[in-house]
Amino acid sequence: MTYITETETKLKKTKRETRKRMLSEFWFYFSENRGAVIGLWIFLALVLIAILAPLIAPHAPNEQYRDALLVPPVWEEGGDWRFLLGTDPVGRDMLSRLIYGAQFSLFIGVVVVTLAVSGGVSIGLIAGYYRGAVDTIIMRIMDVILAFPSLLLALVLVAILGPGLLNAMIAIAIVLQPHFVRLTRASVMNEINREYVISAKVAGASPFYLMTRTILPNCLGPVTVQATLSFSNAILDAAALGFLGMGAQPPTPEWGTMLAEAREFILRAWWVVTFPGLAILITVLAINLMGDGLRDALDPKLKRS
Amino acid sequence: MSNFIIKADNLTRHYEVGGGLFKKPGTVKALDGASFTLEVGKTLAVVGESGCGKSTLARVVTMMEKATSGNLEILGKKAEPGLVEMRKAIQIVFQNPFGSLNPRHKIGKILEEPLQLNTTMSESERRKLAKNKMELVGLRPEHYERYPHMFSGGQRQRIAIARALMLNPKILVLDEPVSALDLSIQAQVLNLLTDLQDELGLAYLFISHDLSVVRHIADDLMVMYLGKVVERGSAKNLFNKPKHPYTAALMSATPSANPDKKKQRIMLTGELPSPLNPPGGCAFNPRCQHVTDKCIKQSPILQGKKDHQTACFNPLG
Ligand SMILES: Nc1ncnc2c1ncn2[C@@H]1O[C@H](COP(=O)(O)OP(=O)(O)OP(=O)(O)O)[C@@H](O)[C@H]1O
Ligand SMILES: [Mg+2]
Repeated sequence: MTYITETETKLKKTKRETRKRMLSEFWFYFSENRGAVIGLWIFLALVLIAILAPLIAPHAPNEQYRDALLVPPVWEEGGDWRFLLGTDPVGRDMLSRLIYGAQFSLFIGVVVVTLAVSGGVSIGLIAGYYRGAVDTIIMRIMDVILAFPSLLLALVLVAILGPGLLNAMIAIAIVLQPHFVRLTRASVMNEINREYVISAKVAGASPFYLMTRTILPNCLGPVTVQATLSFSNAILDAAALGFLGMGAQPPTPEWGTMLAEAREFILRAWWVVTFPGLAILITVLAINLMGDGLRDALDPKLKRS
Repeated sequence: MSNFIIKADNLTRHYEVGGGLFKKPGTVKALDGASFTLEVGKTLAVVGESGCGKSTLARVVTMMEKATSGNLEILGKKAEPGLVEMRKAIQIVFQNPFGSLNPRHKIGKILEEPLQLNTTMSESERRKLAKNKMELVGLRPEHYERYPHMFSGGQRQRIAIARALMLNPKILVLDEPVSALDLSIQAQVLNLLTDLQDELGLAYLFISHDLSVVRHIADDLMVMYLGKVVERGSAKNLFNKPKHPYTAALMSATPSANPDKKKQRIMLTGELPSPLNPPGGCAFNPRCQHVTDKCIKQSPILQGKKDHQTACFNPLG
């Protein structure tokens, strides 16, 4: 009895240790890339800001201060300490809106990437596993989607579905998923003739089991990298759609929509466009840097084992 | 008679290849009329150059691929991939120990997968069996929680063997199980295989291109050339008195066990012909020293006593 519990705890311990070792190995390769680490910290800060938005934002995002229209940031002449980054044309606090905007951007990123990854990976698995006519049909459709400039296609889709944040996200997901299809298909075709897949087949695994349990886990490395890069693409595209009036609708404090609303004041009040633009830039840059680091850390070819 | 655990009659496996927009598809006769038997608890070794259809034979015998024609009986019944009992009875070990284990699964999971897929055992039963087989192949219990990349080639091959044994098979198809390993480790794995055979009464279909490995383990021997069996019989007979010039050439190329016996080295000249368009008559004729007109016109068939058959018009000795 005691012997059994002893081995059990020992087993648990080794389990924890291997996990720790794998994590530390991952971190070792990831942290060799300085930019990736910086990107990660910025991204974590953004997540924190998004979660804590109601606590740290000095004002409600849609509250209009009629006495303070287009107030410049504090360090400019005429700045007001109530509004650190100034106010927009209808007297809303820029800083608060930017903070709440982080929520939207991350939300968009998460939803779009989830949709695109789950759709793209399933389709890619089927195409790569069955090949033949199924594969040809799927890949031709994906080629057609990829042949359009992504933003244009997203615009067309939103025009069909109707403007709005949700439809914009669906459209962007559709535009992004061919990348996942291609990537997954290529990895599946690479793995499917490896002996471990064949031996699972000999052991009697069904096609579904083979696809999801045997092959898929071995294809996730490149998909993870692509997912991070798509995250930033999604944010960028959603901002662009917002800017064109096809995405999130005013008064939502989405960064792209904020840019669009402030378009006519560019010359008079630089801060109304500069700050949302900077927010988008920093977020996208941070995530891309992080994606580069992930690629290095997950690519077995760069590893010395 | 019912001692035969595998009985193959005229097995063929053809592949259609290269059918393009402007090209007619060709046919590769990867396996072209192979007949053989495997007895309970015995080892049949299959040797031949690369590309002669050894792995194809393994795939057909393990029912991964259907034979284009011919008859295959396993355990006295016609081979049928749908029969779970039959599938459990025949398992395979591959050459490449680095590709044959799922890199994302722990050893425990790798070993238990065949049970999970084919039986209704509980998790603890599966674990017990897995530990059992690990001990059988000389792995330590703490290896259970490790990933394949933490093991050496020899250890991985042990894991692959343990996995093949999980369903208590009667036959193991070993497709060049040691050719990717260092010499000293080859010997260890071969010893393990012989021990397992004695202990469990397994029959082996042992595929190799290395005759010095085969010498240690084979009861019967089958030599293949371009998808055809050119010589077959007991290992002793073939090693002592090869009749087919190809077999003789292969034998002379491997270092002999007793150096006193002076041997003349027979060189194989020329390349292995393309299986897409094999020479007419005896497929070996372009490289044979004893070639006659008959060899170019007609194709020899396997004949002779049961424990030593050869397909040659001008057999040696
Ligand atoms: N799926 C396939 N499609 C087309 N041709 C194939 C296929 N599989 C094998 N072949 C051909 O069949 C022939 C025999 O191949 P096989 O893999 O059985 O050889 P082998 O004896 O195992 O060689 P090696 O010693 O290199 O493993 C080769 O010419 C090969 O090109
Ligand atoms: Mg082979």
